[in-house]
Amino acid sequence: MVHVQGPWSELLGRLSPSAIPNNPIITGAFLFSAVIGIVLLGYVTYAGKWGYLWREWLTTVDHKKIGVMYIIVGLVMLFRGFIDALMMRTQQMLADGPHSAGFLGAAHGYLIPYHFDQIYSAHGTIMILFAATPILVGIMNVVVPLQIGARDMAFPYLNALGLWLTVVGAALIMMSLFLGDFSHAGWVGMTPLTELAYSPGVGVDYWMWAIQIASVGTTLGAANLIATIIKMRAPGMTWGRLPIFTWTALSTNIIALTSFPVLGVSLALLGLDRYFGTHFFTAGMGGNLMLYSNLFWMWGHPEVYFVILPAFGMMSEIIPTFSEKALFGYITMVAASFAIAGVSWSVWLHHFFTMGASPAVNTFFSIATMVVGIPTGVKVFNWAFTIYRGRSRFDTPMMWAIGALFMLLLGGLTGMMLAMPPINYSVHNSVFVVAHFHTMLMVVIYGIMGGVSYWFPKVFGFKLDETLGKRFFWYFTAGTIMVFVPMYLSGFMGMTRRLDYLANPHLLPFEVLEEFGIGLYTVSVYYFVRQLYVSLRDRSENRVGANAWGTGRTLEWMTASPTPFYNFAVTPRVNARDELIWRKEQGFENTLPTQYEDILMPKNTAVPLLIGAFSLALGFGLVWRIWWMTDLSLLGVVLTVIARSFVRVTDYVVGASEVEQIERRSRTRGQSPRPDSRRGGMGVFRPSRSNT
Amino acid sequence: MGVSATTASDSGKAGLWAQHHHHDAISTRTLGFWLYMLSDAMIFAGLFATYAVLSHHYNAAGGPTPHDFIHPLYAYGETLAVFTSVLAYGGAMVALRRGHKGGVLAGLGLAFLLGAVFIGMEVNEFSHLLSIGISPERSGYLSAFFALVMTHGIHMAFGLLWMATMFFQVAFQGFTDKVVYRMLNLKVFWHFQAVIWVLVFSFVYMRGVL
Repeated sequence: MVHVQGPWSELLGRLSPSAIPNNPIITGAFLFSAVIGIVLLGYVTYAGKWGYLWREWLTTVDHKKIGVMYIIVGLVMLFRGFIDALMMRTQQMLADGPHSAGFLGAAHGYLIPYHFDQIYSAHGTIMILFAATPILVGIMNVVVPLQIGARDMAFPYLNALGLWLTVVGAALIMMSLFLGDFSHAGWVGMTPLTELAYSPGVGVDYWMWAIQIASVGTTLGAANLIATIIKMRAPGMTWGRLPIFTWTALSTNIIALTSFPVLGVSLALLGLDRYFGTHFFTAGMGGNLMLYSNLFWMWGHPEVYFVILPAFGMMSEIIPTFSEKALFGYITMVAASFAIAGVSWSVWLHHFFTMGASPAVNTFFSIATMVVGIPTGVKVFNWAFTIYRGRSRFDTPMMWAIGALFMLLLGGLTGMMLAMPPINYSVHNSVFVVAHFHTMLMVVIYGIMGGVSYWFPKVFGFKLDETLGKRFFWYFTAGTIMVFVPMYLSGFMGMTRRLDYLANPHLLPFEVLEEFGIGLYTVSVYYFVRQLYVSLRDRSENRVGANAWGTGRTLEWMTASPTPFYNFAVTPRVNARDELIWRKEQGFENTLPTQYEDILMPKNTAVPLLIGAFSLALGFGLVWRIWWMTDLSLLGVVLTVIARSFVRVTDYVVGASEVEQIERRSRTRGQSPRPDSRRGGMGVFRPSRSNT
Repeated sequence: MGVSATTASDSGKAGLWAQHHHHDAISTRTLGFWLYMLSDAMIFAGLFATYAVLSHHYNAAGGPTPHDFIHPLYAYGETLAVFTSVLAYGGAMVALRRGHKGGVLAGLGLAFLLGAVFIGMEVNEFSHLLSIGISPERSGYLSAFFALVMTHGIHMAFGLLWMATMFFQVAFQGFTDKVVYRMLNLKVFWHFQAVIWVLVFSFVYMRGVL
């Protein structure tokens, strides 16, 4: 165990009153979060919703509710990441040129370098691992069991555990804002900067343990989704009939299952360096700091495809629905997804062509990177040919899907440029690279926004407001163009990334344009929130039936919206790739099961939440080096897992007559909106008495 | 309301609804655990790669190299302990197939004891190394050596904890579905740790004296 600088006590570890940052910006952020938190808690108490919250959400094992909670966590973190972006853009605009003014104790701009470094590190970590990843995992959670005709995931209890571990990671990151500080070494954690000698504070520890704990959750979730897709398919759902989104979920989770453990190893070895004084990545004593970069990106690049493949899957569901045509090139789409997943393992070195590897090594990784363009190109043409001669309707999900296509074109082409080592050497570490990967991640965000608006009525029983949704789309797109096109230009002119102060005043026009762009983003965030509010307010006018968009093609559009907690009253038998379209053509669209049967469902449990609470204590204890807390919470996790394994009955039976009642009620509601339908859709999720 | 499910299947179609459709819990659990083992394999892959990278003599930083402290003969004793433990666990699985509770408990108990012998030997080896100043803080090479071998050791200790739990579950709950798939999964886990030990023995202990 290494000795750390500064005071340390048996009881509180490194924690002391000086850990609370003294900074007006952070105080403001704290007040903002505190007010929102108090309002939320106050509302729950005032409305007497604690019991509801506990029974229906905190202890649930229902894949749809877990998915919704994943998405909520992701959206909250997306907002936090957006605020970080706003702060960075503003700092770079203010701190441009030697004569730029300084505020709040900074020489230029309003952020001191150490604070600016923490902001970009937090922005990257949050956006990749705590916004994109949870939202995508959430959408896969909601949609995959519905698309394959399953009642729930293969392991519902493990699913809830994955959620709570992700929440622990997000909670640790939020804590770092108000207690101690965050890593200043970039979201990739560059060694040896992350070593204890150069980062003696708790920032790197927060970053490391937040990712480590959340990635355990993601790995478990990946095993769960793969097992679900392989084992829980309805009869007749052969591999050739699997919906494309489920295919991409399978390929993406194979990536997650095999790559997240490598991230775990690289962070654990860094942790050994920081806590036990080993020499894996140190600059002397036989350490090898490029080993860290290699290990990290061996996860990092597959992770990039982990986030983009589900986005491709969502586009592949949205485009056929709104073109009223079967997807063009189903088999090539599946092959392309797995080709991308496979190649994702052999391109990691293009993140550091400048490492100094031999030309042969760089050539290999350069070609492997360019090969990715082939399956991606196949996908783009498949989408284009699906739209071609289709009956296109431009509902909000379709706008996002088409927007994603354009982002993919721009990001893909600049990616091809960066795949060439000679170009890479000259633009390496410039904001050109930043603009490139943000354009690619925009594909993910566009896919997510499309997917959320597409499947929202399935989960909640009413559509999101179309007018505000489109306004959100256009402001968001305008913001994207205004921020990232100038960024490409300034990057090509040599602007280095991660700068808190720009010495070159000629870059100012670009920074002003980008600030204008982020202003458009801010407007779009307003319309997003307003869209949620208006849709919730007017939900009784926007109720939808099972087939919410009228032209749905796959199984999930056959069951009621909102989906009952058991998904399908009777498991459907699948006869075609686009089952719903097949049933329409055969005249079976409204055919109901003649007979209902008892359904076996998993019981709610508080154990995953308890393990999450212990993991939070474990993470907190590790960050602040409070050893009694780490020992006790680790013991708590182990004992809870063992105790849970002794529980014999973890399922309960829903009677056939009850299923029939719920089905009849949801059908009458779908046809004629009754006055009490204003109460909202979550009531049909689960009969309240069965919560044990 | 259109055609009923029976007419649909009568008209030559495969039918619209699958009554009484169930999934096999044990095979789902087993697949899930194999997938988990794949992620565990990736952890070891990362550690073996780290060990290979940090095996260069520069990484010893002037400190001890494998020649100075690695004894394959002692590690061979550990190998025997692991293998006989796996054999004993195999005996427990044979008894499980026959539904023989006493046999399962005896096999589990023996596998536990032999696993504990392995852990004891490893603890003894490491405490000796630490006592003569060969510690993970000495060099990058030694960091990688301890991390790899101890990660395997921690997995073995975790397996022992699992075995102890299963001993009580078999004794008090009998062969329920849950107990059976846990026994099957523990088998996969225990065999996998033996395979990893073979790799550790070959790449660390045997290659160390070449």
